[in-house]
Amino acid sequence: MEHYWQEISALTMRWVRRLSREKFSMLFTLVQPMLFWLIFFGNLFQRAADAQVMQAPNYISFLAAGVVVMTVLNNGLAGGVDLLFDKENGFLERLMSTPIHRTSVILSRFIFVMAITSMQVLVILGVSYLFGVHPATGILGVAMILLIGMMFGVGLTAISMAMAFSVKSHGDFFSVLGFLSLPMIFLSSALVPLTAMPGWMSFLAQFNPMTWAIDAVRPLILSGWSEALPHVGMVIVVMLVFDALCLYGGAKAFRRAMG
Amino acid sequence: MDRTVAIDVSRLCKTYDSHNAVDELSFQVYAGEIFGLLGPNGAGKSTTLRTLITLLHPTSGTATIMGYDSVREADKVRAMIGYVPQERAIDRFLTGREHLQLLGALYHLTKEEATKRIGELLTLVELEAHADRPAKTYSGGMKRKLDIACGLLPDPKILFLDEPTLGLDVQSRLRIWEYVRMLKARGMTVVMTTNYLDEADQLCDRLAIIDGGKIKTMGSPAELKIALGGDIVALTLKEIDRMPALEADLKNRPAITSVRATTKGLDIRVESPEKALPTILESANRLGCSIEFIQYNRPRLDDVFIAHTGRAITESRPEAESA
Ligand SMILES: Nc1ncnc2c1ncn2[C@@H]1O[C@H](COP(=O)(O)OP(=O)(O)O)[C@@H](O)[C@H]1O
Ligand SMILES: [Mg+2]
Repeated sequence: MEHYWQEISALTMRWVRRLSREKFSMLFTLVQPMLFWLIFFGNLFQRAADAQVMQAPNYISFLAAGVVVMTVLNNGLAGGVDLLFDKENGFLERLMSTPIHRTSVILSRFIFVMAITSMQVLVILGVSYLFGVHPATGILGVAMILLIGMMFGVGLTAISMAMAFSVKSHGDFFSVLGFLSLPMIFLSSALVPLTAMPGWMSFLAQFNPMTWAIDAVRPLILSGWSEALPHVGMVIVVMLVFDALCLYGGAKAFRRAMG
Repeated sequence: MDRTVAIDVSRLCKTYDSHNAVDELSFQVYAGEIFGLLGPNGAGKSTTLRTLITLLHPTSGTATIMGYDSVREADKVRAMIGYVPQERAIDRFLTGREHLQLLGALYHLTKEEATKRIGELLTLVELEAHADRPAKTYSGGMKRKLDIACGLLPDPKILFLDEPTLGLDVQSRLRIWEYVRMLKARGMTVVMTTNYLDEADQLCDRLAIIDGGKIKTMGSPAELKIALGGDIVALTLKEIDRMPALEADLKNRPAITSVRATTKGLDIRVESPEKALPTILESANRLGCSIEFIQYNRPRLDDVFIAHTGRAITESRPEAESA
């Protein structure tokens, strides 16, 4: 157990170091979702968006929940990229030739991705705060948002790592990633509520786990506990199932790749 | 042989979608020797090595490392070995020292043990001055030295090197040979792969020539050369039109073991040059073949390779080309 912890903390430290060496990329990852979605998109659609349809005082406050969950989505889906490169350049092989527990590398990656994602979510909520979006459920609500984000993020990271272990080349990986991420965003309640979507889109969006996550995060920000709780209860169940499926698939891919 | 067996490989097979990367390999590595797997690209060297270091499960057959089974007792094996992969397995963003610190934790060393050993290894591979620079600023030779330091960090009983000098400049190459010899002098067992004949010849105590996943022959470089039976007289002819006649004439002469046509002349394997040379010259004279150049060689490892695989190590396998 002591060894396990030594391995995981050293491996997690490596991810932190890598990120800190890539200052430009770090800045870009942190700022991009806020800048692009929250500030540009939020302000751009301020007047075009109908407050009646959005059920929110303004578009930014509506969008905040979507941007939070989109950030979780992007971080999660990209969570396997570093392992993909490790696999391709032989570093993973070097790690796996040491007497570490077979799950240490993966666990370190989960810890790192979840920590970065949580920090980003907090920054997004902070920036939204500056634009006058004050979470209706307070600190406890923010903690709840982080929990939902992590539950969604675990499954996504598992998918990403499973892909990293299974693909033949990293070209394949990035094609699938690009193919997954935009439809996931557009076929969800991130940008507009389901009621405002064309029928077929809202039908598909119901099956998107992202929609469930957003529908719980949004009332936590906009309305308050009484409205949020049923959604929160629901999303926890959905995410447990989602995570179980993703982790099962991920474990299978890992075992196939690692023998 | 009363020597201690460090690695025992028995009928090892590894199959990828009905293609045998490694086919019924059996060999032993003795404690304290440098054992080489020599073969061209795609021969199955890396696959064999990856099986020995527990990263691959054999399709059939077994590998035992210091008495431990590579599959059932993988953790015990991993704790005793060091591995230097074929690719430069380096994290560009980490410094040399950080690489070693990370591995120190993965081998469960205490901070003090790790610091001490890292200092020693950085001195050994002459990287102290560069230890705190990110590895992306390292030259190819420096990366390879860091790779080797990483492999040595656990103070392994057996060190596995996959093509340790591939793509290196001559100086770095010689330096790495020196390290390997020094490790052997310290009592370490070294298993390495290479597709360089001179490397195998100079460095390995024993080697297995492997091609198409199979061992073609095995022994010390000297034994393998002696086993070919005889030295080689290489003729370069002025014109090659009479070469077939000369080839036919020389075959089946008592002092001559075999004759092989090359692009410019003949390679003649002889039992004793004293007896064979007059015969060859007489024949050439009689048939009117004028000789441009005559060269007499003790067999080289190249010749061993050709004799056992039917082609030079730089030529690709005929089947592999069509695949
Ligand atoms: N993961 C793999 N999947 C399919 N084929 C493989 C894989 N790894 C190696 N091979 C094949 O096995 C053979 C031996 O490869 P390898 O052991 O890497 O050769 P070497 O190290 O001697 O160059 C090659 O034909 C290679 O294409
Ligand atoms: Mg190889």
